[in-house]
Amino acid sequence: MHPAPSVIAFTTLSSLGFGLLFWLGLGFPPVTGWVAFTFFVLAYLLAVGGLLASTFHLGHPERALKAFIQWRSSWLSREAWTSLAALLVMAAFGAGLVFAATALVPLGWLGAVLSIGTVLTTSMIYTQLRTVPRWHQLLTPVLFLSFALAGGSLLAGMVHLAPWLLAAAGIVQLAHWYLGDSALARSGTDLATATGLGAPGRIRAFEPPHTGPNYLTRELVFVIGRKHARKLRVIALVLLSVLPILLLLLPFHHVLAALAVLSHLAGAACSRWLFFAEAEHVVGLYYGKR
Amino acid sequence: MTELPKSTDRKLGLVIDLDTCVGCHACVISCKGWNTENYGAPLSDQEPYGADPSGTFLNRVHSYEVQPESGAAQLIHFPKSCLHCEDAPCVTVCPTGASYKRVEDGIVLVNESDCIGCGLCAWACPYGAREMDQAAKVMKKCTLCVDRIYNENLPEEDRVPACVRTCPAGARHFGDFADPESNVSRLSAERGGMALMPEQGTLPVNRYLPPRPKDRIGEEIDVLAPLLAPVAEEPTGFLAWLDRTLEKL
Repeated sequence: MHPAPSVIAFTTLSSLGFGLLFWLGLGFPPVTGWVAFTFFVLAYLLAVGGLLASTFHLGHPERALKAFIQWRSSWLSREAWTSLAALLVMAAFGAGLVFAATALVPLGWLGAVLSIGTVLTTSMIYTQLRTVPRWHQLLTPVLFLSFALAGGSLLAGMVHLAPWLLAAAGIVQLAHWYLGDSALARSGTDLATATGLGAPGRIRAFEPPHTGPNYLTRELVFVIGRKHARKLRVIALVLLSVLPILLLLLPFHHVLAALAVLSHLAGAACSRWLFFAEAEHVVGLYYGKR
Repeated sequence: MTELPKSTDRKLGLVIDLDTCVGCHACVISCKGWNTENYGAPLSDQEPYGADPSGTFLNRVHSYEVQPESGAAQLIHFPKSCLHCEDAPCVTVCPTGASYKRVEDGIVLVNESDCIGCGLCAWACPYGAREMDQAAKVMKKCTLCVDRIYNENLPEEDRVPACVRTCPAGARHFGDFADPESNVSRLSAERGGMALMPEQGTLPVNRYLPPRPKDRIGEEIDVLAPLLAPVAEEPTGFLAWLDRTLEKL
Protein backbone atom coordinates (compact mmCIF):
# COMPACT_ATOMS: atom_id res chain seq x y z
CA MET A 1 0.00 0.00 0.00
CA HIS A 2 1.20 3.49 -0.85
CA PRO A 3 2.44 5.16 2.35
CA ALA A 4 0.73 8.55 1.91
CA PRO A 5 2.43 11.12 4.20
CA SER A 6 -0.95 12.64 5.14
CA VAL A 7 -2.30 9.31 6.38
CA ILE A 8 0.90 8.48 8.28
CA ALA A 9 0.89 11.93 9.91
CA PHE A 10 -2.80 11.58 10.72
CA THR A 11 -2.66 8.17 12.37
CA THR A 12 0.58 8.89 14.26
CA LEU A 13 -0.34 12.33 15.61
CA SER A 14 -4.00 11.65 16.37
CA SER A 15 -3.03 8.41 18.12
CA LEU A 16 -0.76 10.42 20.47
CA GLY A 17 -3.38 13.14 20.92
CA PHE A 18 -6.27 10.80 21.70
CA GLY A 19 -3.96 8.70 23.89
CA LEU A 20 -3.16 11.81 25.95
CA LEU A 21 -6.87 12.73 26.10
CA PHE A 22 -7.61 9.21 27.39
CA TRP A 23 -5.26 9.63 30.35
CA LEU A 24 -6.40 13.23 30.99
CA GLY A 25 -9.99 12.01 31.07
CA LEU A 26 -9.09 9.44 33.72
CA GLY A 27 -7.44 12.19 35.78
CA PHE A 28 -3.76 11.51 34.99
CA PRO A 29 -1.99 13.81 35.62
CA PRO A 30 -4.42 15.54 38.06
CA VAL A 31 -4.01 19.06 36.67
CA THR A 32 -6.09 22.25 36.85
CA GLY A 33 -5.79 25.84 35.67
CA TRP A 34 -2.99 26.86 33.31
CA VAL A 35 -1.19 23.51 33.52
CA ALA A 36 -4.38 21.74 32.47
CA PHE A 37 -4.79 24.31 29.69
CA THR A 38 -1.31 23.47 28.35
CA PHE A 39 -1.97 19.72 28.42
CA PHE A 40 -5.32 20.08 26.67
CA VAL A 41 -3.95 22.44 24.00
CA LEU A 42 -1.19 19.92 23.25
CA ALA A 43 -3.68 17.04 23.06
CA TYR A 44 -6.04 18.99 20.81
CA LEU A 45 -3.25 20.18 18.51
CA LEU A 46 -2.18 16.57 17.98
CA ALA A 47 -5.68 15.10 17.66
CA VAL A 48 -7.23 17.86 15.54
CA GLY A 49 -4.01 18.36 13.55
CA GLY A 50 -4.08 14.69 12.70
CA LEU A 51 -7.72 14.82 11.67
CA LEU A 52 -7.05 17.83 9.44
CA ALA A 53 -4.08 16.04 7.87
CA SER A 54 -6.39 13.13 7.04
CA THR A 55 -8.61 15.37 4.93
CA PHE A 56 -5.62 16.20 2.69
CA HIS A 57 -5.79 12.79 1.06
CA LEU A 58 -9.47 13.19 0.17
CA GLY A 59 -10.32 13.95 -3.44
CA HIS A 60 -13.14 16.25 -2.31
CA PRO A 61 -12.41 17.60 1.20
CA GLU A 62 -15.33 20.04 0.86
CA ARG A 63 -17.71 17.09 1.05
CA ALA A 64 -16.05 15.64 4.18
CA LEU A 65 -19.14 16.22 6.33
CA LYS A 66 -20.99 13.58 4.29
CA ALA A 67 -18.72 11.00 5.92
CA PHE A 68 -20.95 11.17 9.03
CA ILE A 69 -23.90 9.54 7.24
CA GLN A 70 -23.13 5.80 7.05
CA TRP A 71 -22.15 4.96 10.64
CA ARG A 72 -24.24 1.79 10.57
CA SER A 73 -21.95 0.05 8.08
CA SER A 74 -18.75 2.08 7.65
CA TRP A 75 -15.85 2.21 10.15
CA LEU A 76 -14.66 5.44 8.54
CA SER A 77 -18.00 7.03 9.37
CA ARG A 78 -17.89 5.63 12.91
CA GLU A 79 -14.43 7.15 13.30
CA ALA A 80 -15.83 10.53 12.31
CA TRP A 81 -18.54 10.27 15.00
CA THR A 82 -16.34 8.98 17.83
CA SER A 83 -13.63 11.56 17.16
CA LEU A 84 -16.14 14.41 17.13
CA ALA A 85 -17.85 13.13 20.30
CA ALA A 86 -14.50 12.63 22.05
CA LEU A 87 -13.33 16.14 21.19
CA LEU A 88 -16.60 17.74 22.37
CA VAL A 89 -16.86 15.78 25.64
CA MET A 90 -13.19 16.30 26.48
CA ALA A 91 -13.53 20.02 25.70
CA ALA A 92 -16.29 20.27 28.32
CA PHE A 93 -14.24 18.23 30.79
CA GLY A 94 -11.15 20.34 30.08
CA ALA A 95 -13.12 23.59 30.52
CA GLY A 96 -14.13 22.39 33.99
CA LEU A 97 -10.49 21.75 34.91
CA VAL A 98 -9.12 24.97 33.42
CA PHE A 99 -11.75 27.54 34.39
CA ALA A 100 -13.42 26.07 37.49
CA ALA A 101 -10.64 23.77 38.80
CA THR A 102 -13.34 21.11 38.99
CA ALA A 103 -13.00 17.57 37.64
CA LEU A 104 -16.37 16.41 36.29
CA VAL A 105 -15.31 12.78 36.84
CA PRO A 106 -18.09 10.92 34.92
CA LEU A 107 -17.62 13.29 31.97
CA GLY A 108 -13.88 12.56 32.05
CA TRP A 109 -14.49 8.82 31.99
CA LEU A 110 -16.91 9.17 29.09
CA GLY A 111 -14.34 11.31 27.25
CA ALA A 112 -11.63 8.72 27.96
CA VAL A 113 -13.77 5.92 26.51
CA LEU A 114 -14.60 8.01 23.44
CA SER A 115 -10.93 8.99 22.97
CA ILE A 116 -9.65 5.42 23.02
CA GLY A 117 -12.71 4.44 20.97
CA THR A 118 -11.56 6.85 18.27
CA VAL A 119 -8.23 5.02 18.06
CA LEU A 120 -10.12 1.72 17.90
CA THR A 121 -12.36 2.88 15.03
CA THR A 122 -9.29 4.16 13.14
CA SER A 123 -7.64 0.77 13.51
CA MET A 124 -10.80 -1.02 12.35
CA ILE A 125 -10.70 0.87 9.03
CA TYR A 126 -7.54 -1.10 8.26
CA THR A 127 -8.41 -4.30 10.13
CA GLN A 128 -11.66 -4.83 8.22
CA LEU A 129 -9.86 -5.04 4.84
CA ARG A 130 -9.63 -8.71 3.90
CA THR A 131 -7.86 -7.52 0.75
CA VAL A 132 -4.78 -6.62 2.83
CA PRO A 133 -4.03 -9.80 4.80
CA ARG A 134 -1.26 -8.13 6.85
CA TRP A 135 -3.84 -5.73 8.31
CA HIS A 136 -6.71 -8.22 8.55
CA GLN A 137 -5.72 -9.64 11.97
CA LEU A 138 -6.68 -9.22 15.62
CA LEU A 139 -3.34 -7.63 16.48
CA THR A 140 -3.95 -4.56 14.29
CA PRO A 141 -6.40 -2.89 16.73
CA VAL A 142 -4.19 -4.09 19.62
CA LEU A 143 -1.22 -2.41 17.93
CA PHE A 144 -3.04 0.91 17.46
CA LEU A 145 -4.42 0.85 21.02
CA SER A 146 -1.07 -0.04 22.60
CA PHE A 147 0.64 2.80 20.71
CA ALA A 148 -2.02 5.31 21.81
CA LEU A 149 -1.89 4.21 25.46
CA ALA A 150 1.93 4.19 25.54
CA GLY A 151 2.39 7.49 23.69
CA GLY A 152 -0.40 9.11 25.73
CA SER A 153 1.12 8.00 29.03
CA LEU A 154 4.48 9.35 27.91
CA LEU A 155 2.98 12.76 27.09
CA ALA A 156 1.00 12.72 30.34
CA GLY A 157 4.29 12.34 32.20
CA MET A 158 3.37 9.05 33.85
CA VAL A 159 6.99 8.05 34.37
CA HIS A 160 6.13 4.89 36.35
CA LEU A 161 3.52 3.40 34.01
CA ALA A 162 4.92 4.64 30.68
CA PRO A 163 7.95 2.25 30.49
CA TRP A 164 5.65 -0.75 30.92
CA LEU A 165 3.25 0.49 28.27
CA LEU A 166 6.12 1.30 25.91
CA ALA A 167 7.51 -2.20 26.37
CA ALA A 168 4.06 -3.68 25.72
CA ALA A 169 3.74 -1.59 22.53
CA GLY A 170 7.15 -2.85 21.38
CA ILE A 171 6.16 -6.48 21.99
CA VAL A 172 2.83 -6.05 20.18
CA GLN A 173 4.71 -4.44 17.29
CA LEU A 174 7.08 -7.43 17.05
CA ALA A 175 4.16 -9.88 17.11
CA HIS A 176 2.31 -7.86 14.46
CA TRP A 177 5.33 -8.02 12.17
CA TYR A 178 5.83 -11.73 12.82
CA LEU A 179 2.21 -12.67 12.05
CA GLY A 180 1.96 -10.12 9.25
CA ASP A 181 4.89 -11.61 7.33
CA SER A 182 3.02 -14.86 6.68
CA ALA A 183 -0.46 -13.32 6.45
CA LEU A 184 -0.68 -13.23 2.65
CA ALA A 185 0.43 -16.85 2.32
CA ARG A 186 -2.04 -17.94 5.02
CA SER A 187 -4.92 -15.98 3.46
CA GLY A 188 -5.22 -18.58 0.69
CA THR A 189 -5.39 -15.91 -2.01
CA ASP A 190 -2.84 -16.32 -4.78
CA LEU A 191 -2.64 -15.88 -8.55
CA ALA A 192 -4.36 -19.26 -9.02
CA THR A 193 -7.48 -18.28 -7.04
CA ALA A 194 -7.37 -14.75 -8.48
CA THR A 195 -7.61 -16.02 -12.06
CA GLY A 196 -9.11 -19.50 -11.56
CA LEU A 197 -6.32 -20.76 -13.84
CA GLY A 198 -4.44 -22.78 -11.22
CA ALA A 199 -5.55 -26.25 -12.29
CA PRO A 200 -3.82 -26.87 -15.64
CA GLY A 201 -0.32 -26.03 -14.45
CA ARG A 202 1.96 -23.27 -13.29
CA ILE A 203 0.68 -19.75 -13.94
CA ARG A 204 2.57 -16.50 -14.17
CA ALA A 205 1.67 -12.96 -15.11
CA PHE A 206 2.85 -12.56 -18.69
CA GLU A 207 1.86 -9.03 -19.60
CA PRO A 208 0.16 -6.21 -17.67
CA PRO A 209 -2.86 -4.46 -19.21
CA HIS A 210 -0.87 -1.30 -19.90
CA THR A 211 2.83 -0.61 -20.18
CA GLY A 212 2.67 2.23 -17.67
CA PRO A 213 1.53 2.38 -14.05
CA ASN A 214 -2.06 3.18 -13.11
CA TYR A 215 -4.03 4.29 -10.05
CA LEU A 216 -4.14 0.74 -8.73
CA THR A 217 -0.43 0.06 -8.99
CA ARG A 218 0.44 3.46 -7.54
CA GLU A 219 -2.04 3.26 -4.66
CA LEU A 220 -2.12 -0.45 -3.81
CA VAL A 221 1.09 -2.04 -5.13
CA PHE A 222 3.91 -0.18 -3.39
CA VAL A 223 7.05 -2.30 -3.51
CA ILE A 224 9.85 0.31 -3.51
CA GLY A 225 10.30 0.78 0.21
CA ARG A 226 10.59 -2.86 1.23
CA LYS A 227 14.29 -2.99 0.39
CA HIS A 228 15.27 -1.48 3.73
CA ALA A 229 12.34 -2.86 5.68
CA ARG A 230 14.47 -4.92 8.09
CA LYS A 231 16.75 -2.01 9.02
CA LEU A 232 13.74 0.28 9.38
CA ARG A 233 12.07 -2.23 11.69
CA VAL A 234 15.05 -2.16 14.03
CA ILE A 235 15.19 1.65 13.91
CA ALA A 236 11.43 1.89 14.57
CA LEU A 237 11.54 -0.49 17.51
CA VAL A 238 14.54 1.24 19.12
CA LEU A 239 13.05 4.72 18.70
CA LEU A 240 9.50 3.94 19.71
CA SER A 241 10.14 1.63 22.64
CA VAL A 242 13.72 0.90 23.73
CA LEU A 243 15.20 4.42 23.76
CA PRO A 244 12.23 6.10 25.52
CA ILE A 245 12.27 3.38 28.20
CA LEU A 246 15.99 3.95 28.82
CA LEU A 247 15.50 7.72 28.97
CA LEU A 248 12.67 7.31 31.49
CA LEU A 249 14.75 4.97 33.67
CA LEU A 250 17.43 7.68 34.05
CA PRO A 251 16.92 10.20 36.88
CA PHE A 252 13.94 12.34 35.80
CA HIS A 253 14.64 15.52 33.90
CA HIS A 254 12.32 17.46 31.60
CA VAL A 255 14.88 17.42 28.78
CA LEU A 256 15.17 13.63 28.95
CA ALA A 257 11.36 13.30 29.01
CA ALA A 258 11.07 15.58 25.98
CA LEU A 259 13.70 13.49 24.18
CA ALA A 260 11.75 10.34 25.06
CA VAL A 261 8.59 11.85 23.54
CA LEU A 262 10.40 12.92 20.35
CA SER A 263 12.08 9.54 20.03
CA HIS A 264 8.75 7.75 20.48
CA LEU A 265 7.07 10.02 17.92
CA ALA A 266 9.79 9.34 15.34
CA GLY A 267 9.65 5.60 16.02
CA ALA A 268 5.86 5.53 15.79
CA ALA A 269 5.97 7.41 12.47
CA CYS A 270 8.57 4.96 11.15
CA SER A 271 6.44 2.02 12.30
CA ARG A 272 3.37 3.52 10.64
CA TRP A 273 5.30 4.04 7.39
CA LEU A 274 6.21 0.34 7.44
CA PHE A 275 2.59 -0.52 8.28
CA PHE A 276 1.63 0.86 4.87
CA ALA A 277 4.74 0.17 2.80
CA GLU A 278 4.93 -3.50 3.79
CA ALA A 279 1.19 -4.19 3.39
CA GLU A 280 0.47 -6.25 0.30
CA HIS A 281 -2.91 -5.76 -1.39
CA VAL A 282 -4.16 -8.89 -3.17
CA VAL A 283 -4.78 -6.91 -6.38
CA GLY A 284 -0.98 -6.91 -6.78
CA LEU A 285 -1.26 -10.61 -7.65
CA TYR A 286 -3.04 -9.72 -10.90
CA TYR A 287 -0.01 -7.62 -11.81
CA GLY A 288 2.47 -10.32 -10.82
CA LYS A 289 3.66 -8.18 -7.92
CA ARG A 290 3.16 -8.28 -4.18
CA MET B 1 -27.30 3.71 1.79
CA THR B 2 -24.21 1.55 2.03
CA GLU B 3 -25.88 -1.38 3.73
CA LEU B 4 -26.17 -4.13 1.14
CA PRO B 5 -29.62 -5.33 0.05
CA LYS B 6 -30.47 -8.81 1.43
CA SER B 7 -31.23 -9.96 -2.09
CA THR B 8 -31.72 -8.33 -5.46
CA ASP B 9 -34.58 -8.95 -7.89
CA ARG B 10 -32.18 -9.63 -10.71
CA LYS B 11 -28.44 -10.31 -10.80
CA LEU B 12 -27.14 -8.67 -13.94
CA GLY B 13 -23.60 -9.55 -14.84
CA LEU B 14 -21.14 -10.79 -17.41
CA VAL B 15 -19.80 -14.14 -18.51
CA ILE B 16 -16.27 -13.81 -19.89
CA ASP B 17 -15.02 -16.70 -21.99
CA LEU B 18 -11.27 -17.10 -21.46
CA ASP B 19 -11.24 -19.75 -24.17
CA THR B 20 -12.47 -17.34 -26.81
CA CYS B 21 -10.86 -14.04 -25.78
CA VAL B 22 -8.10 -13.13 -28.20
CA GLY B 23 -6.75 -10.24 -26.14
CA CYS B 24 -7.49 -7.51 -28.67
CA HIS B 25 -8.44 -4.92 -25.99
CA ALA B 26 -11.44 -3.77 -28.07
CA CYS B 27 -13.62 -4.03 -24.92
CA VAL B 28 -11.19 -1.73 -23.11
CA ILE B 29 -11.45 0.90 -25.82
CA SER B 30 -15.22 0.71 -26.32
CA CYS B 31 -15.71 0.85 -22.54
CA LYS B 32 -13.59 3.96 -22.26
CA GLY B 33 -15.27 5.49 -25.30
CA TRP B 34 -18.81 4.98 -24.05
CA ASN B 35 -18.20 5.78 -20.41
CA THR B 36 -16.11 8.88 -20.96
CA GLU B 37 -18.95 10.68 -22.72
CA ASN B 38 -22.02 9.36 -20.90
CA TYR B 39 -22.79 8.48 -17.27
CA GLY B 40 -20.84 10.54 -14.72
CA ALA B 41 -17.46 12.24 -14.88
CA PRO B 42 -15.31 11.55 -17.99
CA LEU B 43 -12.53 8.95 -17.74
CA SER B 44 -9.54 11.26 -17.84
CA ASP B 45 -6.01 10.63 -19.08
CA GLN B 46 -2.89 12.17 -17.60
CA GLU B 47 -0.09 12.99 -20.04
CA PRO B 48 -1.66 10.83 -22.78
CA TYR B 49 1.04 11.82 -25.28
CA GLY B 50 3.79 12.49 -22.74
CA ALA B 51 6.59 10.40 -21.31
CA ASP B 52 4.54 8.82 -18.55
CA PRO B 53 0.98 8.33 -19.79
CA SER B 54 -1.73 6.92 -17.53
CA GLY B 55 -5.48 7.13 -17.27
CA THR B 56 -8.70 5.81 -15.80
CA PHE B 57 -10.08 2.56 -17.18
CA LEU B 58 -13.07 0.53 -15.99
CA ASN B 59 -11.92 -2.58 -17.79
CA ARG B 60 -8.38 -3.84 -18.27
CA VAL B 61 -7.06 -6.94 -20.02
CA HIS B 62 -4.25 -8.87 -18.32
CA SER B 63 -2.37 -11.74 -19.97
CA TYR B 64 -1.20 -14.87 -18.16
CA GLU B 65 0.99 -17.75 -19.18
CA VAL B 66 -0.04 -21.22 -18.02
CA GLN B 67 2.54 -23.96 -18.31
CA PRO B 68 0.87 -27.40 -18.18
CA GLU B 69 2.69 -30.47 -16.82
CA SER B 70 3.44 -31.49 -20.39
CA GLY B 71 3.00 -29.74 -23.68
CA ALA B 72 3.31 -26.18 -24.81
CA ALA B 73 2.64 -23.16 -22.62
CA GLN B 74 -0.70 -21.44 -23.13
CA LEU B 75 -1.31 -17.70 -23.19
CA ILE B 76 -4.60 -16.62 -21.65
CA HIS B 77 -5.99 -13.13 -22.02
CA PHE B 78 -7.92 -12.05 -18.99
CA PRO B 79 -10.30 -9.06 -19.14
CA LYS B 80 -11.13 -7.75 -15.68
CA SER B 81 -13.82 -5.28 -14.64
CA CYS B 82 -16.25 -4.94 -11.71
CA LEU B 83 -17.80 -8.32 -10.80
CA HIS B 84 -20.87 -6.69 -9.16
CA CYS B 85 -20.43 -8.82 -6.01
CA GLU B 86 -23.43 -9.85 -3.93
CA ASP B 87 -21.45 -9.16 -0.74
CA ALA B 88 -19.58 -6.16 -2.11
CA PRO B 89 -16.97 -4.95 0.43
CA CYS B 90 -16.54 -1.71 -1.53
CA VAL B 91 -20.13 -0.71 -0.68
CA THR B 92 -20.11 -1.26 3.08
CA VAL B 93 -16.85 0.63 3.69
CA CYS B 94 -18.16 3.83 2.05
CA PRO B 95 -18.68 6.51 4.73
CA THR B 96 -21.00 8.71 2.68
CA GLY B 97 -23.37 6.30 0.98
CA ALA B 98 -21.99 7.22 -2.44
CA SER B 99 -21.36 3.54 -3.19
CA TYR B 100 -24.46 1.41 -3.41
CA LYS B 101 -25.84 -1.82 -4.82
CA ARG B 102 -29.16 -1.55 -6.63
CA VAL B 103 -32.02 -3.68 -5.29
CA GLU B 104 -33.68 -4.05 -8.69
CA ASP B 105 -30.77 -5.46 -10.71
CA GLY B 106 -27.76 -5.82 -8.40
CA ILE B 107 -25.59 -3.29 -10.24
CA VAL B 108 -22.98 -1.63 -7.99
CA LEU B 109 -22.79 2.10 -8.68
CA VAL B 110 -21.18 5.28 -7.35
CA ASN B 111 -23.18 8.45 -6.80
CA GLU B 112 -20.38 10.80 -7.80
CA SER B 113 -21.85 13.92 -6.19
CA ASP B 114 -21.61 12.19 -2.78
CA CYS B 115 -18.12 10.71 -3.29
CA ILE B 116 -15.48 12.40 -1.10
CA GLY B 117 -12.63 10.62 -2.90
CA CYS B 118 -11.26 8.84 0.18
CA GLY B 119 -10.32 5.80 -1.87
CA LEU B 120 -11.32 3.29 0.80
CA CYS B 121 -13.60 1.37 -1.60
CA ALA B 122 -10.67 0.81 -3.97
CA TRP B 123 -8.71 -0.58 -1.00
CA ALA B 124 -11.61 -2.88 -0.11
CA CYS B 125 -12.00 -4.34 -3.62
CA PRO B 126 -9.78 -7.41 -4.16
CA TYR B 127 -10.15 -7.24 -7.94
CA GLY B 128 -8.88 -3.72 -8.63
CA ALA B 129 -12.23 -2.82 -10.19
CA ARG B 130 -12.33 0.74 -8.88
CA GLU B 131 -10.08 3.58 -9.95
CA MET B 132 -10.03 7.14 -8.69
CA ASP B 133 -10.18 9.53 -11.59
CA GLN B 134 -7.21 11.86 -11.26
CA ALA B 135 -9.02 14.84 -12.82
CA ALA B 136 -12.51 14.54 -11.30
CA LYS B 137 -11.15 13.11 -8.00
CA VAL B 138 -14.12 10.76 -7.66
CA MET B 139 -14.23 6.97 -7.78
CA LYS B 140 -15.01 5.42 -11.16
CA LYS B 141 -16.14 1.88 -11.78
CA CYS B 142 -18.00 -0.32 -14.28
CA THR B 143 -21.70 0.59 -14.36
CA LEU B 144 -22.57 -2.41 -16.53
CA CYS B 145 -23.47 0.40 -18.96
CA VAL B 146 -26.59 1.19 -16.96
CA ASP B 147 -27.20 4.03 -19.44
CA ARG B 148 -27.27 1.58 -22.39
CA ILE B 149 -29.06 -1.51 -21.14
CA TYR B 150 -32.31 0.33 -20.28
CA ASN B 151 -31.96 2.98 -23.00
CA GLU B 152 -34.99 2.80 -25.28
CA ASN B 153 -33.48 5.38 -27.62
CA LEU B 154 -30.99 2.73 -28.73
CA PRO B 155 -31.81 -0.11 -31.12
CA GLU B 156 -32.52 -3.27 -29.13
CA GLU B 157 -29.30 -5.04 -30.12
CA ASP B 158 -27.32 -2.14 -28.64
CA ARG B 159 -28.95 -2.45 -25.20
CA VAL B 160 -26.03 -4.43 -23.77
CA PRO B 161 -22.81 -3.17 -22.17
CA ALA B 162 -20.42 -1.56 -24.68
CA CYS B 163 -17.75 -4.22 -24.05
CA VAL B 164 -20.20 -7.03 -24.89
CA ARG B 165 -21.49 -5.25 -27.99
CA THR B 166 -18.01 -4.65 -29.38
CA CYS B 167 -16.26 -7.96 -28.64
CA PRO B 168 -15.29 -9.34 -32.09
CA ALA B 169 -14.69 -12.84 -30.69
CA GLY B 170 -18.02 -13.17 -28.88
CA ALA B 171 -16.12 -13.76 -25.64
CA ARG B 172 -18.39 -11.58 -23.50
CA HIS B 173 -22.00 -12.29 -22.59
CA PHE B 174 -24.46 -10.19 -20.62
CA GLY B 175 -27.53 -11.40 -18.75
CA ASP B 176 -29.39 -12.14 -15.54
CA PHE B 177 -27.80 -14.74 -13.25
CA ALA B 178 -30.92 -14.83 -11.04
CA ASP B 179 -32.77 -16.57 -13.89
CA PRO B 180 -31.45 -20.16 -14.19
CA GLU B 181 -32.64 -20.32 -17.81
CA SER B 182 -30.87 -17.15 -18.94
CA ASN B 183 -28.05 -17.27 -21.50
CA VAL B 184 -25.41 -16.46 -18.89
CA SER B 185 -26.70 -18.96 -16.31
CA ARG B 186 -26.75 -21.78 -18.86
CA LEU B 187 -23.34 -20.88 -20.28
CA SER B 188 -21.86 -20.76 -16.82
CA ALA B 189 -23.44 -24.11 -15.84
CA GLU B 190 -22.37 -25.89 -19.03
CA ARG B 191 -18.79 -24.63 -19.10
CA GLY B 192 -18.00 -24.58 -15.37
CA GLY B 193 -18.07 -20.81 -14.85
CA MET B 194 -15.55 -19.71 -12.20
CA ALA B 195 -15.83 -17.07 -9.47
CA LEU B 196 -12.61 -15.12 -8.89
CA MET B 197 -11.03 -15.22 -5.41
CA PRO B 198 -13.95 -17.13 -3.83
CA GLU B 199 -12.03 -17.21 -0.51
CA GLN B 200 -12.43 -13.43 -0.21
CA GLY B 201 -16.14 -14.01 0.44
CA THR B 202 -17.33 -11.31 -1.95
CA LEU B 203 -19.75 -13.61 -3.87
CA PRO B 204 -19.01 -12.12 -7.30
CA VAL B 205 -21.82 -12.28 -9.88
CA ASN B 206 -19.62 -12.29 -13.01
CA ARG B 207 -18.31 -15.67 -14.12
CA TYR B 208 -15.21 -16.66 -16.10
CA LEU B 209 -15.30 -19.68 -18.42
CA PRO B 210 -12.04 -21.65 -18.20
CA PRO B 211 -10.00 -22.25 -21.35
CA ARG B 212 -10.73 -25.60 -22.97
CA PRO B 213 -7.84 -28.10 -23.12
CA LYS B 214 -5.88 -27.70 -26.33
CA ASP B 215 -5.84 -30.45 -28.97
CA ARG B 216 -2.77 -32.69 -28.75
CA ILE B 217 -0.99 -34.17 -31.77
CA GLY B 218 -0.92 -37.92 -31.20
CA GLU B 219 1.80 -40.52 -31.87
CA GLU B 220 0.62 -41.29 -35.44
CA ILE B 221 1.03 -37.98 -37.17
CA ASP B 222 0.56 -38.64 -40.86
CA VAL B 223 1.40 -41.29 -43.39
CA LEU B 224 3.46 -38.74 -45.25
CA ALA B 225 5.38 -37.68 -42.16
CA PRO B 226 8.52 -39.72 -42.97
CA LEU B 227 8.79 -37.80 -46.23
CA LEU B 228 8.81 -34.57 -44.27
CA ALA B 229 11.78 -35.61 -42.16
CA PRO B 230 14.96 -33.54 -42.68
CA VAL B 231 16.83 -34.89 -45.69
CA ALA B 232 20.34 -33.50 -45.17
CA GLU B 233 21.57 -35.23 -41.99
CA GLU B 234 25.22 -34.31 -42.63
CA PRO B 235 26.47 -31.29 -44.50
CA THR B 236 28.25 -31.87 -47.79
CA GLY B 237 30.55 -29.86 -50.08
CA PHE B 238 31.61 -26.39 -48.93
CA LEU B 239 29.52 -26.53 -45.74
CA ALA B 240 31.15 -29.86 -44.82
CA TRP B 241 34.61 -28.34 -45.33
CA LEU B 242 33.61 -25.27 -43.26
CA ASP B 243 32.22 -27.50 -40.53
CA ARG B 244 35.42 -29.61 -40.41
CA THR B 245 37.67 -26.55 -40.45
CA LEU B 246 35.77 -24.81 -37.67
CA GLU B 247 35.89 -28.00 -35.60
CA LYS B 248 39.68 -28.05 -35.92
CA LEU B 249 40.16 -24.47 -34.75
